[in-house]
Amino acid sequence: MSSRIISDSSEWTFPLLERFDREIGNLAHNVFGLDTYANQIEVIGSEQMIDAYSSVGLPINYHHWSFGKQFVSTEQTYRRGQMGLAYEIVINSDPCISYLMEENTLTMQALVIAHACYGHNSFFKGNYLFRTWTSADAIIDYLVFARKYIASCEERYGQAEVELLLDSCHALMNHGVDRYKRPSPITMAEEQRRQAERADYIQSQVNDLWRTIPMFGADGEPDADARWPAEPQENLLYFIEKNAPLLEPWQREVVRIVRKVSQYFYPQRQTQVMNEGWATFWHYTLLNRLYEEGLVNDGFMLEFLQSHTGVVFQPNFDAPYYSGINPYALGFAMMCDIRRICEAPTAEDREWFPDVAGGDWRKVLDFAMRNFKDESFIAQYLSPKLIRDLHLFTVRDDDRAEAIEITAIHEERGYRTVRQALAEQYNLGSREPNIQVFNVDRRGDRSLTLRHYRHNRRPLGESVDEMLRHIRRLWGFTVRLEGVDDNGRVQLLGEL
Amino acid sequence: MSHFIDRRLNGKNKSTVNRQRFIKRYKTQLKRAVADAVNKRSITDIDSGEQVGIPSKDISEPVFHHGQGGIRDQVHPGNKDFMAGDKVPRPEGGGGGGSGQGKAGRGGKGEDDFIFDLSREEFMDLLFDDLELPNLVRNQLVGSTEFKSVRAGYRTSGAPTNIDVVRSLKGAIARRTALGAPHRRRIKEIEAELEGLLALGIAEDDPRVLALRDELDRARTRIAALPFIDTFDLRYQSFIQLPEPTSKAVMVCIMDVSGSMDQARKNLAKRFFILLYLFLKRNYDRIEVVFIRHHTIAQEVDEQEFFYSRETGGTVVSSALNLAYDVLRERYDSSVWNIYAAQASDGDNWDSDSVVCRDLLAEKLLPLMRYFAYVEITPRQHQSLWYAYQEIAGAHRHFAMREIGGPEDIFPVFRDLFKRQTA
Repeated sequence: MSSRIISDSSEWTFPLLERFDREIGNLAHNVFGLDTYANQIEVIGSEQMIDAYSSVGLPINYHHWSFGKQFVSTEQTYRRGQMGLAYEIVINSDPCISYLMEENTLTMQALVIAHACYGHNSFFKGNYLFRTWTSADAIIDYLVFARKYIASCEERYGQAEVELLLDSCHALMNHGVDRYKRPSPITMAEEQRRQAERADYIQSQVNDLWRTIPMFGADGEPDADARWPAEPQENLLYFIEKNAPLLEPWQREVVRIVRKVSQYFYPQRQTQVMNEGWATFWHYTLLNRLYEEGLVNDGFMLEFLQSHTGVVFQPNFDAPYYSGINPYALGFAMMCDIRRICEAPTAEDREWFPDVAGGDWRKVLDFAMRNFKDESFIAQYLSPKLIRDLHLFTVRDDDRAEAIEITAIHEERGYRTVRQALAEQYNLGSREPNIQVFNVDRRGDRSLTLRHYRHNRRPLGESVDEMLRHIRRLWGFTVRLEGVDDNGRVQLLGEL
Repeated sequence: MSHFIDRRLNGKNKSTVNRQRFIKRYKTQLKRAVADAVNKRSITDIDSGEQVGIPSKDISEPVFHHGQGGIRDQVHPGNKDFMAGDKVPRPEGGGGGGSGQGKAGRGGKGEDDFIFDLSREEFMDLLFDDLELPNLVRNQLVGSTEFKSVRAGYRTSGAPTNIDVVRSLKGAIARRTALGAPHRRRIKEIEAELEGLLALGIAEDDPRVLALRDELDRARTRIAALPFIDTFDLRYQSFIQLPEPTSKAVMVCIMDVSGSMDQARKNLAKRFFILLYLFLKRNYDRIEVVFIRHHTIAQEVDEQEFFYSRETGGTVVSSALNLAYDVLRERYDSSVWNIYAAQASDGDNWDSDSVVCRDLLAEKLLPLMRYFAYVEITPRQHQSLWYAYQEIAGAHRHFAMREIGGPEDIFPVFRDLFKRQTA
């Protein structure tokens, strides 16, 4: 009787990693039907991990001081032992690049392989947001292009100049995202060719725009009230890239690069709970399966479970180290709950989830993974049982009221409110201020008017003045920010 | 379908550029922090790196975000005894309670300094930024005494230690290939011919075959006889001597150790000397330090004795200047060495000696020197030495004098002395 156990050592070697990868890959593809990109698994040291952290997880990026700041602070906290490094970083690219840290034990490496190389990987390949917004096969190429381009700008126009521009673009990064239009993937060579073309074309267009001389007489007075753009624009960076009167072609290209990178991260910001929940669910499922098949021993499982419970730990709201809802915990709990609803539905589940209760859990989960983002996923799948298990409750903090109010708890009449509130909490649209381009005074002083549409009377934070400086730098003329409250009243917030 | 790549040996410092840019951007803040650090630091570790902090709010990256106020709904886990409709007093400072959102802005948090470690190099760069050595002239002489060995390609003769093995063997291969080529060609021809004959069924002992075999052997021997390496192949690395401008400096530290200089004042002096030493070290490849202490008579001593031994008695400053002059004349030729001197004293001097000092400096020492700095560590009235030196300061540009009251003055005075001259 030969034991099937892969290894009882905790030291990893490359052959062992390959063996684990083969076993886990076999389970993931053939037993559970996960569809993944090919994997490229890179083993790195902790310092390299800190490097990877500070370029926001990208394997290559242009140079900017803010990444240096990130690096310094990560290094500090790591050195002081205040923070462990993440065990892995995974990059949404094709092939999917994952980093394993050299210091991890064999168990941790197996966990990371299951989590990143099969969990995250299949999510990147399947989820509609990633499919729509990112081109996994082109991102590395694009970053190489961006880095080269920005380096060449620095050479030609000076590092300080480029840095100022990047600062301003970074400030608007969250407002540089197209929410509805889909970009088409292109290769790096194509990108470079188009870039040159774009530069010439845009410049001619912009000049044209501003050359427009009002025609008096024949057509009568131009309509003084007509706003431009006719529809408010939410993608501030795009608007600036295309319309800012004074930007040089290379500056427009830099704005575009920042916008593209922001767009690349947009799906990740919207699918945190799902993405981590999905990956956590699969590492849990896959490693347990390895154990059932006798490929790993008890010691392996104990170490794995200890780490796993650490990851999905959710402190209560009154715990001293509570800092909001842990996306790993919530995501994992929801994925497991969906499986439970399929496998062992209760009467309540049948009432709440008539379509999925009792279905094939693999299909249901796969459907959920492909077609939702955090907000809609929670609105669709958060079950009363899970609300009860987590003892979720909603709190309303109204600055006009004396006290804060508990609006709903885990009870029959509270379920829908809690679910709705939690979904809303993950809605990027309400988490970030809604700021749009409202008007450009094309015939007058060329001033740009932005409007902040307030929701629930929530004002903008104190960064307004600084932000106006950044926008003004990009726009080149007066920039005005107006606030619109819930009743439609307009109020000037700042002008520069 | 999975590829494993071992990247552990790849470069670790991908972020160095970004880090440098970060430092560059916040140079003013860092410089302030570094200057503070220097004054707080003990003397012995002044030459190491340092942790400095700059206020986080100075380096924040702004984004549009929501401020306090309005209505916000939050979901929290772990309800124990709340019922729907309960009113809870708003928690202050965000601890406990229900308002997780309150944590972010309230309670004056986020004011922590952003701390980071500067390496020794970075620390020194910031410390001495904008400073320069006055009158820095590289002593460059015709027939300079300093030479440097520089690589200058290859040559065919030289010392055995300088044989370049790779290059020599490359030559040997080329030679063997070239000399063996005709034989190898012949061998190929013979082999083809032999094959042809044998294919025709001609016996092995046929004279034609034997003749060919004979020739084949001879050709092979010829190839084997080519020497593997020949003296002809040898290549030697060639070095030539380039004259080099000297960049050696000697720093003369002169300190009064009479009874009135207590340990606290000596420490101040020491800090000043150390700063000067570090600064010179950045500008010169090689630095020698001469320590001269004096009371009524002057002695050349080692560092330990210079800073820590105590003497008492009166003060005759000219004794030290005389000794310095002797040392320089004997050991440090001013045409080869860049000479700097710093003198620290509490200003006491034998009354009639101050004039002697003035003349000594002006006539003998200053012409040899790049720079002479005098610091007086005294909270009291200036005495005759100060006034005598003031006359020199008026007449010589490379003489400077400053007064130090306490530890907080040292760095400012130092900066002041070595400020980059814009003129």
